[in-house]
Amino acid sequence: MRTLKDAEEGERVKVISVSGDRTLRRRLMDMGILKGSDIQVVRVAPLGDPVEFLVRGYKLSLRKKDAEMVGIEAL
Amino acid sequence: MKKNIALIGNPNSGKTTLFNALTGGSQRVGNWPGVTVEKKEGRLRQAREVTITDLPGVYSLSPYTPEEEISRRFLAEGNADAVINVVDATNLERNLILTLQILEMGLPVTVALNMSDVVEKRGDTIDMKKLSERLGCPVVKVSALKREGMGELAATVLEQASSCPRPPKNLFRGELSKAISEISGLLDGHVEKKLLYWYSVKVMEHDPHVRKTVPSSVLERASETVRRLEEDLDDDGEAIVAAARYEFVDSVVKGIYYRSKKDGKSVSDRIDEAVTNRWLAIPIFAAVMFIVYYLSVTSVGGYMTDWVNGTVFEENVLPRTAEWLAGMGVEDWLVSLTVDGIITGVGAVLGFLPQLLVLFLLLALLEDSGYMARIAFVMDRILRRFGLSGKSFIPIIVGTGCAVPGIMASRTIEDERDRKITAMTTSFMPCSAKLPVIALISGALFGGSAWIAVSVYFIGVFSILVSGVILKKIRGALGKASPFVMELPDYHMPSVRNVLLSMADRTWHFVKKAGTIIVVASGLIWLLTSYDWGLNSVDAGSSMLASIGNALSPVFSPLGWGDWRAVVGTLSGLVAKENILSTFGILFGMEAVAEDGVEIWTYMAVIMTPLAGLSFLLFNMLCAPCFAAMGAMRRELGSWKETAFAVGYQCAFAYVVALAVYQFGLVVQGTPSLWFIPAVILVAVAGYLFLRSPRDKEEDEILTEAVL
Repeated sequence: MRTLKDAEEGERVKVISVSGDRTLRRRLMDMGILKGSDIQVVRVAPLGDPVEFLVRGYKLSLRKKDAEMVGIEAL
Repeated sequence: MKKNIALIGNPNSGKTTLFNALTGGSQRVGNWPGVTVEKKEGRLRQAREVTITDLPGVYSLSPYTPEEEISRRFLAEGNADAVINVVDATNLERNLILTLQILEMGLPVTVALNMSDVVEKRGDTIDMKKLSERLGCPVVKVSALKREGMGELAATVLEQASSCPRPPKNLFRGELSKAISEISGLLDGHVEKKLLYWYSVKVMEHDPHVRKTVPSSVLERASETVRRLEEDLDDDGEAIVAAARYEFVDSVVKGIYYRSKKDGKSVSDRIDEAVTNRWLAIPIFAAVMFIVYYLSVTSVGGYMTDWVNGTVFEENVLPRTAEWLAGMGVEDWLVSLTVDGIITGVGAVLGFLPQLLVLFLLLALLEDSGYMARIAFVMDRILRRFGLSGKSFIPIIVGTGCAVPGIMASRTIEDERDRKITAMTTSFMPCSAKLPVIALISGALFGGSAWIAVSVYFIGVFSILVSGVILKKIRGALGKASPFVMELPDYHMPSVRNVLLSMADRTWHFVKKAGTIIVVASGLIWLLTSYDWGLNSVDAGSSMLASIGNALSPVFSPLGWGDWRAVVGTLSGLVAKENILSTFGILFGMEAVAEDGVEIWTYMAVIMTPLAGLSFLLFNMLCAPCFAAMGAMRRELGSWKETAFAVGYQCAFAYVVALAVYQFGLVVQGTPSLWFIPAVILVAVAGYLFLRSPRDKEEDEILTEAVL
């Protein structure tokens, strides 16, 4: 399964699963990353991590380690 | 009519601005019990008898972060008669997720729809009436920045506060709604009536806190219902509820938010293209850091601090008070206590104010404009391995000027653990007061080599990074880390009022919390240096401090500088590091000592070898900082226990570094001592603390299993 970590700059994807420990999972869901959400990769930080995403009209930054917990498919 | 109103909203929703607009200047700032999260209270301008409590900015009322837990407990315990929920109209969906969670608690909520002017400027429209109908609570349009809609908001929320409480409207549908009613039926009678609906939702979410209130037999039966629904929908309860909330919000927004067609790059996007650009981001960050450092430490702040310390205190207040008191026939000891003890202590506090004012002004500008979040975004990768945040750069860089504002700058880091580790390690950087000590050692023992100063900076950075890792692994000492899931808010012009209020608040807090410590500690050191045990006025060489130095000297002889004068110098450095030079001056019988201590170079060479000098320097750079910095740490760490832990850690760390350098140095010189063995053991212990695998993770997993 592809994860949000593998998505490329500019790509738009759909979330199919959210895993990880409870705290992270709940935080991701509270921020609008849950099954069916539509997410766009805006840019990778200059040092390669974290990554900026466009989620429900606002910008969110996630570390790659955490982005790996979000399963995606092409939109 | 004494009412309490809670103000809650997402971070970056304009909550602070709204709080300032609603309360004017009448604010009281403190901490929530047990944590270092700031608590603000104020009085409503329109009705002075009404108290507004500003809850921490949160995205949700989950039980996983200290901020969320505080807000949740405050609301659940019935502390608020009504709630104002600030909602950022430009980001409606995510903001309303929080609104739903407050509505679930059955509290009278008034939604303050902020920044709707920005939405209108885009050409979009929001149907306020429909929004209010769908949510089942009043919605008032406000502009916190322009202070519009405040009267209506106040009137609405006051009306809500005195209305009868209604049971919460069920916002869920279908199977989930049925399951929740079923759980409500089981819980009825076992939890507070008002919170029955909320508890039912919490059971559905597997909320760990429910266990504390609901009897386990009841919970067992309710869990049956949860399990059944989970099987039907093939997902876990928490995700089912989260999805249902978003589903509801999506349906609400679809019906009330009308988007104009045009879609293009906003100003914020364009700024970000430069500010977080692959090539420009770091140069821009470096330039911003330089400006912050230059304005707060070197130029404006630095000059003003020198002026307060030098012109105001040393040249005017101190001699004039002394003269005036002597003229009134006051006894010598009392003059000395007043002038050298108390007023000097107060001066030490006031001297920091200009630097702090400038620093806090700049920090507020960086935070309010939205750039601070970009600093964390750009620099996160470098520092997070070491238990620090991308934002820790600011404290460390400011700390090379003065540790006090450096430590205070850690306030901008949201994550509690990152913030505490930063506050505990910032003073490892050589601040400007440590420079004369560096000059003394390199001049007296190393022929003025510049390498000494350079290596001290390197060791400062090294100590911060190593300690970050060690402290991160000390379980439980510093709280749990929150996931780094950070919003990058749109840039906007900072509000003058917010920036000034934030500057005044933070400075005043320093005076109150750190100031007391500085004054008391300076007074104590004055007493110890000016008197012997029989309370006879003597010079420093035969004072109580000197005999304490003598008693402690065996502790420091393994470091190569067991001479009591070196120990006394170190102790006097606790008031201010540059005092080490003037103390040596007094102990060696000098009238006055220059900035680099050139008068005492020959004496220094007598009491310590170059290797011992290096060990002395390292110990003094890394051990407990001055009292002012300790006061700042107390302010940021929030408790005496943790402050004592931090100071103890710093001293232990300094001791191990100095011991290792001296004893390994002796081996290299071919003159090893028996202390080499303990040195090796201590370094091995430090190495173990540094390398061992963190215990945090296992514990998290155990906790997760227990909850599920």
